Amino acid sequence: MTGYQILWFVLIAVLFSGFFFLEGFDFGIGMSLKTLAKNEEEEDALIRSIGPHWDGNEVWLITAGGAMFAAMPFWYASLFSGFYLILFAILIGLIYRGVSFEFREQMKTAKYRNLWTAISSVTSMLVPFLFGVLFTDVVQGMPLNANGDMSANFWDYFNIFSIVGGVAMSLLSYVHGLNYARLKITDGSLHNRIQKQLRVLYPVLLVGEVAFAVTLFAFTDFFTEKPLITVIMLAAIVVLTLVAWTVTLKRQNTWAFIALGLVIILVVALLFTGLFPRVIVGNESGMSLLLKNATSTPYTLKWMTIISLTALPIVLAYQIWSFYVFRDRVRVEKISY
Amino acid sequence: MNLVAGLSILNLARFQFAMTTIFHFFFVPLSIGLGIIVSVMETLYVIKKDDQYKRMTKFWGKIFMLSFAVGVVTGIIQEFQFGMNWSRYSRYVGDIFGPALAVEALVAFFLESTFLGLWSFGWDRFNKKLHLLFIWLTTLGSAFSALWILAANSFMQNPVGFEVDHKFDRAVLVDFPALLQNHQLWLEFPHVIFATFMAGSFVVMGVSAFSLLRKPHHEVNFFKKSVQVSAVVALVGVVGLAYTGDSHSLALQDDQPMKFAATEGIDKNVGGDDEQAPWSVISYTDPKTNEVKWSLDIPYMLSILGDHSLTGGSQGWNELNKELHEKYDVKFGHDMNYYLPNNTLYYSFRIMAVSAGAFGLLAVVALWFTRKKSKIDISKYKWALWIFGIATYLPFVAITSGWLITELGRAPWVVYGVLTMADAVSPNVSAASLLTSNILYFATFTVLGLIMVMLSRRVMIAGPESVDETDTEEDVDPFSPKAFENGKEA
Repeated sequence: MTGYQILWFVLIAVLFSGFFFLEGFDFGIGMSLKTLAKNEEEEDALIRSIGPHWDGNEVWLITAGGAMFAAMPFWYASLFSGFYLILFAILIGLIYRGVSFEFREQMKTAKYRNLWTAISSVTSMLVPFLFGVLFTDVVQGMPLNANGDMSANFWDYFNIFSIVGGVAMSLLSYVHGLNYARLKITDGSLHNRIQKQLRVLYPVLLVGEVAFAVTLFAFTDFFTEKPLITVIMLAAIVVLTLVAWTVTLKRQNTWAFIALGLVIILVVALLFTGLFPRVIVGNESGMSLLLKNATSTPYTLKWMTIISLTALPIVLAYQIWSFYVFRDRVRVEKISY
Repeated sequence: MNLVAGLSILNLARFQFAMTTIFHFFFVPLSIGLGIIVSVMETLYVIKKDDQYKRMTKFWGKIFMLSFAVGVVTGIIQEFQFGMNWSRYSRYVGDIFGPALAVEALVAFFLESTFLGLWSFGWDRFNKKLHLLFIWLTTLGSAFSALWILAANSFMQNPVGFEVDHKFDRAVLVDFPALLQNHQLWLEFPHVIFATFMAGSFVVMGVSAFSLLRKPHHEVNFFKKSVQVSAVVALVGVVGLAYTGDSHSLALQDDQPMKFAATEGIDKNVGGDDEQAPWSVISYTDPKTNEVKWSLDIPYMLSILGDHSLTGGSQGWNELNKELHEKYDVKFGHDMNYYLPNNTLYYSFRIMAVSAGAFGLLAVVALWFTRKKSKIDISKYKWALWIFGIATYLPFVAITSGWLITELGRAPWVVYGVLTMADAVSPNVSAASLLTSNILYFATFTVLGLIMVMLSRRVMIAGPESVDETDTEEDVDPFSPKAFENGKEA
């Protein structure tokens, strides 16, 4: 394995972490339109809190996909064709969610506005769930042939582990979204309801994390292959969640947001660490797709490295700047468009 | 399920590619074109300090935003589709094609999405010049996006900068800058950009025309100015389209002669070094025998168009078919079919060319109607307004025709001369999965398309005055009647 190959494995993990961290709270906000908001003004305020950002946040996924295609075409080809229907459902979810904010705003009657709010909410829950399923499948072992083509049946995609993974991802995104909303919206009623929900959700989240650890133990080789790092990372995930819970009760909103954001990044890091040096785990020994066989040529990787390391800091700079200029709070109020 | 078994994976995957890209490519040129027009309008506002231009920016910006949203969400399909439906293609050329896509996301998508967010939410937050910079950066981002995706497409049309690694049976990149120096790219990219001028400007002119038909004499100044800006953009675009289209045709005779023969309906060789070649205006080819059944010709014209001289010949597809077999049979076997769907290409080309002529004519008419000294009451010319209204749709027909020529004319290859379509498709995706996704995509696109048309129509009916009430930047005397009215409305 070369340095470039390892670098790109890490970079793709970074891009997916960026996606789940940023789009994670967008998904959470999306879900909360139906589970938290009580009227249209509150829905509007929640959407406005992510309005200028969600589209840019989603580009992290597109870039992760593009980076995978460019740096690891064999991974990209096997993963995307192997998870055909799951990715198709994700695409449909992202399409309806993507237009829902714009369409909702344009609808004239409350009935249709509600319909698009509901679409937004359901798809925001569905997409992280399906990503959770996909990533747990990738680490637990799928039927691959020598060419890297996957021929899986329904029960290969959906089992206890992948369901736990999916639910965990949706739940994490939801709590992350509430933390974000609490930072942006400080108005009384909505703000208090967020706090109320969070008090209940943190214990649930911890139970989910334990379930995830147990199924991870049962369905993957993480504990046998890399016991130390796996246990350390799982412990860090639980500790950070406890920290987030504690500071939430003390109403230290920023710290809660950061702590849970780190949990999301750690979950992605854990999955990628356990995956290494494979990129898709096969269900028979010897049939895994390996990183060393999945990448582009050193020449392409060199070019991609130069371009990415030049462009990414600039992208980060203006994305952070855009969060900075829209840093002020969002009020719940009647807005005419 | 016999029905499913009867449909080949290849045809279903090809249908999906055609459907998703054609739909996506209604909104891409519209977004780029409207982006440019809105950028020009806001520039005029900043320079001339005329509030009418600000209203224009905001009003047309609404349709721009709608189109952008649908363009973005249908674009994600494109990136995923290569891996999902064309996994063998992704493995074979991922080393070359992947980088172009990744760079597109990295330099273009982040730029457009972030600055569009700043632009659309930042009207009251930034000074005029900074706000203007945001829309130009968004437009620049979408132009970058077009550049890189067309670099990828140009590689498929005219592969450069690569070698075939026989050991691992894949094509590998050996010269990255060559992807951007590909002459095909510099034929395609400007042509596509000029085509986006048409999409943007004819939508602005068409919506203006419909608005004046709905409410004659209402907001005439607003629509007149909008039409002026877009007619100038359209005129520049038409000249650009004609020039780049002509250069493209010339290059095609060497790069993909079969495509050229199909677009001009040439079955047997015509003309020669000392001989004129006639140009076929309208003809019909028997798809079974590939024989031109009848044709209306203009003498000398093909030599003039194809060689820019009075003599000069072109090869017909029968001859070309033999040549391609000689050239490629060693590599791809004797069973390849090199004939193209000739009638489709032939008529697509004619639709595109006639549309271009119509664009030029309409742009001149629009400028004449809206010229400064004109005392013409546009609202009275209903027939003209109807023509411009209907012309809203014409750029999309022309653009789709252009892509049909480009992509169908590449057959039987996915990468010209390198990889066949049959060798590119995913082997492990079932026909049932593909059929399901095709049906659901089709349903989704129908919903999105209808809502888009409905919402655009609604923006039109609400009229330019709809952007006035959100205008908080303007200082309004709190005791004036106007402020009272605004307050009541809000």
